[in-house]
Amino acid sequence: MTTHTARPAKEHDDRLPAAAFFHFTAGIVRREMLRFIQQRERFIAALVRPLVWLFIFAAGFRSVLGVSIIPPYETYVLYEEYITPGLIGMIQLFSGMQTSLSMVYDREMGSMRILLTSPAPRWFLLVSKLLAGAAISVLQVYVFLLVAWFWDVRPPTAGYVTLLPALFLTGLMLGSLGLFLSSVIKQLENFAGIMNFVIFPMFFTSSALYPLWRIKESSVLLYHICHYNPFTHAVEFIRFSLYTGFSAQAFQVVLATTVFFTTLAVIGYDPSRGLLGVRRKGG
Amino acid sequence: MADDPALAVAGLGHNYGDFRALDSIDFTVPHGQFTVLLGSNGAGKTTLFSLLTGLYHSRDGRIAICGHDLQKRPSRALRNIGVVFQQRSLDNDLTVWQNLRYSASLYGMPPRLARARAEEETGRLGMEDRMNDKIRHLSGGQARRVEIARALMHRPKLLILDEPTFGLDVPGRETIVEHVRALCGRGLAALWTTHLLDEVRADDTLLMLKKGRLTMTGAAGALAGAAAPAEMRSKLAAFL
Repeated sequence: MTTHTARPAKEHDDRLPAAAFFHFTAGIVRREMLRFIQQRERFIAALVRPLVWLFIFAAGFRSVLGVSIIPPYETYVLYEEYITPGLIGMIQLFSGMQTSLSMVYDREMGSMRILLTSPAPRWFLLVSKLLAGAAISVLQVYVFLLVAWFWDVRPPTAGYVTLLPALFLTGLMLGSLGLFLSSVIKQLENFAGIMNFVIFPMFFTSSALYPLWRIKESSVLLYHICHYNPFTHAVEFIRFSLYTGFSAQAFQVVLATTVFFTTLAVIGYDPSRGLLGVRRKGG
Repeated sequence: MADDPALAVAGLGHNYGDFRALDSIDFTVPHGQFTVLLGSNGAGKTTLFSLLTGLYHSRDGRIAICGHDLQKRPSRALRNIGVVFQQRSLDNDLTVWQNLRYSASLYGMPPRLARARAEEETGRLGMEDRMNDKIRHLSGGQARRVEIARALMHRPKLLILDEPTFGLDVPGRETIVEHVRALCGRGLAALWTTHLLDEVRADDTLLMLKKGRLTMTGAAGALAGAAAPAEMRSKLAAFL
């Protein structure tokens, strides 16, 4: 028997052919897409959650909350319009946590072992997994924006295009957070804690629901917490991109956070540290 | 590299904190050889399996697969092994083909080649007509056969199996064992981890693991002192 992937390269060369890397990523993205398509409940839940906020919460708060003219808006906007980038961030936040959940699930079910015994570098596999998660979250966001369009949330047409790269980056950032969490969460049962200690605090201490200046009026401490929350910057990056703008500060924070959590995740999945929770288990 | 054994393990050890799970493990698996790693629960089989497949790295010792050091050249080493896990590793919500295609992609295989290999490997195992069935609709034995097909998609030179007959009935076990033995007849090396003596034949190479140490290595018949299966069984059982 022969290995088809082995090329007649130098014996000491551990590199893989460039085409192999394409197939690694394509395979992982395809699998995640298939799983997502087959889990209709997951798709519906991912869509219903932000729509409930848009249809009910935003409608109720429209008359209570006034949003002054702040960049990137050039005029007064309805609260529904203000909250939309925050809800996009919410979709991606939950999608990132779904990445975490699916990694923990795969680890418990055993299917992650296939991934981790692949000859591809582990960091590359994890980044491919992140790309797959980001692609799924982008898909969800555009379906949400389509529904929101009928609810009179209509950003500039060009904004739908300029939003795309921003969504990939914020999707990677929140996916990398999920990936890191999956490397420290040892059991599926512990995942509920993520909801209480990560998702809700991140979402509510951000500019997703209210502008930071409004928060500052209420509490300076809370304002600082929101300001240092990377999710705030993800939301602002989305907000600016959706209105064809660009926030350099938000971009830098999102990029740095992505690199930070991806690095932690790669360290967390380092085989020299031992993983998969099989310590002193079995034969 | 062609003269190197399929698997060479030298001075391998592993700790979990202060607990020494494996100590001074040395053995080789030649090409075309069916080798059985036998040990009771807690002997260290799973730890050894995790080290051999790169799930763990150990600071002690060396693992070489077809001459490629697993830590220094992991890509080359891992390309040469196929792994069948004790725990089911297939995605229940995907079909046989989707699972095989996914696994093939993790070895850098293009879809067309993956399809050809999938048809070939499932055909050998009598599973070619189940390609579009979801894994959750297969019996335990059928799913196990798909696991073996998956492990062989990239044409490895060494197949490592961790208690592959776990949870199967007797006919299912026999089918799997015979298939892997037949593969060894065609040059594939197999390291078969088990705690079931029934799966050992007198002409198999046997590695006996106890409390993290290899206590016996050699031809199973010779280790038992006679070719008689009953005697071998009683001696080995007494040892375990």
